[in-house]
Amino acid sequence: MSSLFQFVILLLLVTDLIMLWSGRILMLIRLSAVQGVLLAALLLLPVNGALDAEHVFLAAAVFALKGVGFPVFLRHVCHKLGIEPMVRPRLGRMYPLAAGLAGLAFSLWLEGRIPAVTDLFPPLLFPVALTTLFCGLILVVGCAKALAQVTGYLVVENGIFILGIPLMTEGSVWFELSILLDVFAAVFVMAIAINHISSAFDSIDVARFRNLRD
Amino acid sequence: MDTFLLALLLMAAGALLTGVVALRPVSHATNRTANFIGPASAAAACLLGVYGLFSGGWSSAESFMLPWGLPFGAFALGLDPLSRLFLLPVFALGFTCALAGCISLRHSDPAEHNLGAHWLFYLLLLLGMTCVMTARDALFFMLSWEIMSLSPFFLIDFNDRDRAVQDASWVYLVAAHLGAVLLIAFFALLWQECDSTLFSAMAVKAPVHGTALFLLALLGFGAKAGLAPLHVWLPEAHPAAPSHVSALLSGAMLNAGLYGIIRSLDFFGPAHEMPGWWGWLLMAAGMLTALMGILKALAQSNLKRLLAYSSVENMGLMVMGAGIGLVGIHTGSAWTAALGFAGCLFHMLNHSAFKGLLFLCAGEVLHATGTVDMTKLGGIQQRMPMLGVLFALGAASIACLPPFNGFAGEFVLSLSMLRSLELPGMEQKIAMLACLTGLMLTSGLSAAVYAKAYGMTFLGQARTDAAAHLHAPQNRFLLPLVIPAAACVLGGLFAPWAFSMVQPTLDFIPVMHAGLITPAAGVISSTESLLARISLIGGAALALVVLFALIRRALLARRGIRRGPVWGCGYQYGTPRIQYSPASFVEPAARIFGGVMGTTVKTEKPAGLFPAPVRLDVDAPDVVRGRFYAPLFQLMEKGCNALKILQNGLVNMYILYILVTLVALLIWGIA
Repeated sequence: MSSLFQFVILLLLVTDLIMLWSGRILMLIRLSAVQGVLLAALLLLPVNGALDAEHVFLAAAVFALKGVGFPVFLRHVCHKLGIEPMVRPRLGRMYPLAAGLAGLAFSLWLEGRIPAVTDLFPPLLFPVALTTLFCGLILVVGCAKALAQVTGYLVVENGIFILGIPLMTEGSVWFELSILLDVFAAVFVMAIAINHISSAFDSIDVARFRNLRD
Repeated sequence: MDTFLLALLLMAAGALLTGVVALRPVSHATNRTANFIGPASAAAACLLGVYGLFSGGWSSAESFMLPWGLPFGAFALGLDPLSRLFLLPVFALGFTCALAGCISLRHSDPAEHNLGAHWLFYLLLLLGMTCVMTARDALFFMLSWEIMSLSPFFLIDFNDRDRAVQDASWVYLVAAHLGAVLLIAFFALLWQECDSTLFSAMAVKAPVHGTALFLLALLGFGAKAGLAPLHVWLPEAHPAAPSHVSALLSGAMLNAGLYGIIRSLDFFGPAHEMPGWWGWLLMAAGMLTALMGILKALAQSNLKRLLAYSSVENMGLMVMGAGIGLVGIHTGSAWTAALGFAGCLFHMLNHSAFKGLLFLCAGEVLHATGTVDMTKLGGIQQRMPMLGVLFALGAASIACLPPFNGFAGEFVLSLSMLRSLELPGMEQKIAMLACLTGLMLTSGLSAAVYAKAYGMTFLGQARTDAAAHLHAPQNRFLLPLVIPAAACVLGGLFAPWAFSMVQPTLDFIPVMHAGLITPAAGVISSTESLLARISLIGGAALALVVLFALIRRALLARRGIRRGPVWGCGYQYGTPRIQYSPASFVEPAARIFGGVMGTTVKTEKPAGLFPAPVRLDVDAPDVVRGRFYAPLFQLMEKGCNALKILQNGLVNMYILYILVTLVALLIWGIA
């Protein structure tokens, strides 16, 4: 069970890095769906202790929202706006990937420095969670398209979610669910905002926001 | 204490009411309402306040504390003789200036001025000053200090269509807040050391970083008091503000700085543990401020700016008095300590009276002629004799002429330095004597300054049409000015009684409790008897003058009087231009002190057989402002503009800043 858990975590790491390399918006959305499915799988593979109903319920919710709901919704927005498929990364492809790898190295270094981590987290989980968080932020910083930034935000949220998994105790499922609801609302609002930006600027390139500065 | 609290409540209620009026669309009716509610509540609150000061016994100490629902700090008020003494000018001038303001603003144009807002901030200023002088908790003190510091910004900006007035109010705001930043640091450090914001807890033990705290307090409170080189806001703000506001700011608010310096001496532990140079530093700072102030005042041609620089000079003298007191305590000399502090406090009371009077007189001049530029005035004494007499009284007081109150105050200050030969060490004797010489020089120069101010404004002939055809107010509108004028005369004639009000305060200056209280009482009583003799002689001289004036009047009544032009040195056709101008009056002094004063004298001498028009200009730009503050603030502006590179409008970059900050914090937290 443990090796399967490790495998899923490694898959998550791989999706992070592919996301940094990829330049297509649909690819990003697809990969975020994969991450959602992988998160649901992580919930169903508890490292210690048996599976309980709460975990299953949460896994179902994560799968429904992150694995299916958001990607479908974002694809819908993508088609509706008729935007070009490339995200036009601001910094090329090499730099984000290098930054992601640096984030991985930093996370591994950090794991060794924090004493509580080894007791609390299963191996690899902490660095991968932190790397996911960094990759999300790099996506947000590095992409010119607002829609890609929404996926970046989702990836950041995934990283935080992974960090929360070992800390889940009795009853915390409601807490996690409420966070999911929060993310749902956020993605919804961002999509609406992107829609408005698109109609106001005839583009969702965030570089044009520069016109708004004083 | 109850009456006093009632006065505070009345001020707050008045502020609330005028605030409500201010929110309504401005019209003649709202302005009339505000111009009634504001001055009425201010005057009533001040009368109640004065009654509250005396009702509990002048030398008693009372306190009052209310919970106020904040996690720290307390609504702690206290009335001890030190607070009472500083509150006296606040209430007396608050009353006088409210009446004078009500009269001068009665015809304000609603299209230009919202009197509701003006009186709201006037009442808030009064409330702030009262709370500052009575606060016994650091947090409450700073809140009151902020109210007191912010309200004048709006009061100064009364004629806000004038660009110079706008600039002046901004200069004031920046200076006030630079001072407040230092004070926040001062109290925060004290709070950290004492674990309590109450003054009583802060006064328990000597702080570890005593010297740093002393310097913070000196600079923070000194900025409010106008101590050089932090005085730059005074000569800008006072001329720009309406005169009743200038009078209140100069006569009452500047005192808050001095109050802060004396009150903060509580927090540095026992007097004998304080370093000896603190007193000398205060003395030197005060002396330099006084000399700089009076020399700058001498060169001014704007009457209100002259008065502002004169305020700087007088605040310098007071700070010097506090310094003498500290030196006296440190060297164990009861004479120096008692008379230093007593002279400082006595001069504070006197200064409030005559400076309030002089600013109000300047306001009447401005009202009558439309200018306070002395090059355009002259001959007002003939046209407004009552105003001339009032100004002359104020000028005689501030120029230290006996028997008025200004002389009594500076006499005590100079007495305090007379025993300098008892000080240990030659350098201390010399320094004290140098200070005494400086005081004498300052007093002499202030006589010259006010001879100029009175002479150029009120004597001679009108230099322009504005001064010749002025709108003289009826004498009844000058009645509020009689209050400070009476204080100037009676404060001099009854100087021993006025001086005895200062004595209980000395018992409440904790640093005096180093075995000096008993001998200090003896020193004070011997000084009182000296002042009594001076008052007696002065009173007799005054009576003689009045008697001679009456005899002259009686003798002249039966004879025909013919008035002719003044002998004009043989010139056939005299014009008002053949008289001393403000520049020519000070030219000799400006040439002597030019290097120190930073004055420039420009002359175009007559040449040839048929000389063309000639000119003489004496200019005294504020060197500290021009050479230090202006470049400093330009540099800061450049720095701030350079930082705009961070605000580049790119959302991605903003998120990158967050990311970098988070990672840096993470690394910092772990390492």
